[in-house]
Amino acid sequence: MKDANTRSPDLELKAPELKWSTDEDEVKPEVRWIVTWHMFCANKGAVIGLIVLITILLTGIFGPVLLPGDPFAIVGQPFLKPGQDSVLGTDYLGRDVLIGIVHGARPTLAIALSATVITALLGLFVGSLAGFFGGKVDSFFMGVTEFFQVLPSLIFAMVVVAVFTPGLLTVIVAIGLTSWTGIARLTRAEFLKLREREFVMGARAVGASNSTIIFKVILPNALPPLIIAITLKIGLSILFEAALSFLGLSDPDVLTWGMMIGQSRDFFFLAWWTVSFPGAVILVTVLGIALVGDGLNDAYNPKLRGR
Amino acid sequence: MTRYLLRRLVYGAILMLCVLVLNFFLIQAAPGDVVGAMVAESGGADPAIVEQLRVKYGIDQPLHIQLLKYLGNVITGDLGHSFYYDAPVLNVILERLPSTLLLTLTALIVAVILGTSLGVIAALRPRGWRNHFVTLVSLVGFSTPVFWLGMMVLIVFADYFPIFPAYGFTSVPPPENPWALALDIAHHLVLPVCTLSILFLASYSRISRASMLDVLGSDYIRTARAKGLLESVVILKHALRNAALPIVTLAGLQLGYAFSGAVLVEVVFSLPGIGPLLYDSIIRHDYPIMLGILFGASFTVVMANISTDLVYRLFDPRIRLHEQ
Repeated sequence: MKDANTRSPDLELKAPELKWSTDEDEVKPEVRWIVTWHMFCANKGAVIGLIVLITILLTGIFGPVLLPGDPFAIVGQPFLKPGQDSVLGTDYLGRDVLIGIVHGARPTLAIALSATVITALLGLFVGSLAGFFGGKVDSFFMGVTEFFQVLPSLIFAMVVVAVFTPGLLTVIVAIGLTSWTGIARLTRAEFLKLREREFVMGARAVGASNSTIIFKVILPNALPPLIIAITLKIGLSILFEAALSFLGLSDPDVLTWGMMIGQSRDFFFLAWWTVSFPGAVILVTVLGIALVGDGLNDAYNPKLRGR
Repeated sequence: MTRYLLRRLVYGAILMLCVLVLNFFLIQAAPGDVVGAMVAESGGADPAIVEQLRVKYGIDQPLHIQLLKYLGNVITGDLGHSFYYDAPVLNVILERLPSTLLLTLTALIVAVILGTSLGVIAALRPRGWRNHFVTLVSLVGFSTPVFWLGMMVLIVFADYFPIFPAYGFTSVPPPENPWALALDIAHHLVLPVCTLSILFLASYSRISRASMLDVLGSDYIRTARAKGLLESVVILKHALRNAALPIVTLAGLQLGYAFSGAVLVEVVFSLPGIGPLLYDSIIRHDYPIMLGILFGASFTVVMANISTDLVYRLFDPRIRLHEQ
């Protein structure tokens, strides 16, 4: 693999060779994304994951319109089995499970996405500054990262929610605060790698300020592996939110899938459908995200696929 | 080597100090002050007694003095006093700790052994169905909500086929004979351990497969095969030994996630561990216990990180020899 730093200036004047590979350092980013997309589509698992995700997203957005109702409303006898009067059965209060799932998609996904935004912003911020400046700044930020990494995430989130009283914002912030360290480390690694590249030197030579270099020059090039990691974080946020609402530590007026499981916890031997279906939906959603994230990773980095 | 160990221990101590400072500020951020919550639990009290309690806990002092007092207390082992249990926090936590440790460590060991085996099997046939199976297992394991899995496992193995008990650590009353007791505990722990280990099985099988694939492609394996060694010897003695190190280090570093999973599993299976203790203390606003658990768990994670780091440096000859 050619070392970019040893290329002599004359070669820059030739038109760059078009290489149809996804190997780093050899292709323009746009070409790499096209190739990535083609390899992604060839990956059956990834495509299935994408279809599943789109289905769930559509259900979340249009479901409540097509299947109107109030997930908290009592529609029938409690503990109706699935299939009779109610498609997926009713819970201990007589609320319909299917309506709960369809209407619960929006809050569940919205909370997970908001938490992931916080995670991404924090991680990108800390990681880029640590990777770019190095030295004392790096040590400081790595110390902060290790501090948050040492706190067990669920326990810390539970304590934060308990101290600041349960609510949507508390849950979102708690999840965001505990999940960002992975993104920070990844961002820092990318920045350390890209910092020495010639396009950065070129930007510096033109007189770009540090913040311009960080946000407009390096960050866009560092994004691809970060996007994949952030995608997987969305899945983890869904699981995290499910755990918190299962324990009853979320806003009781907002019905999410995890909360459905938590509220029916005492009755799951009697009425397995109240717990199985919401949980299965969580599983399928996160699995879809994982398949897509994995597929993107394999498509973008075939060398690391282990084949 | 000792210098490195000392450096890591000092760094760990600084981390724990930061955790304590965080704890302190969380207490302060909690609605009402410490004494107020305590008094509310016991149903209101005479203002004079409340004032006395305030002086006793040093609440009337400025913030930095309170912080120093808190730090001093923790170093001497006083993690505070639980409102609900009316006992030192440390004692309450230590009482619940064995159950959690037994569950977590057993699950980690099972996950490492099973996961590594699966990964090795997948690595030996890189293009076969085994590879896809392991990938699928690891993805599903990653995506499953652990508390839901626990309930599903219970429905199948404790209700439809009533093979295993549905809750608790031992039967009530527990058997007297120590062997029968051990067997009883094991019987109760099978389902929780399986549930918790599936979560980690996923990551270990992936890492083990990647690590084995990496190792199997190296020159010394080719040499071993060229020497005419049995394939099983090549794999077990040469490849696995080198591939094992990243797996073991990952196991050590994952203790934080193991605790999070253990909390949920213990709540679902009603095990008498730290999980339900934390959950109950949140409902009862028993802040000393909550923060004591946060501190204890963080402390364990820091210790595990340092130990894993040491193990890695001791067992990787490249690093060990480099330091000489």
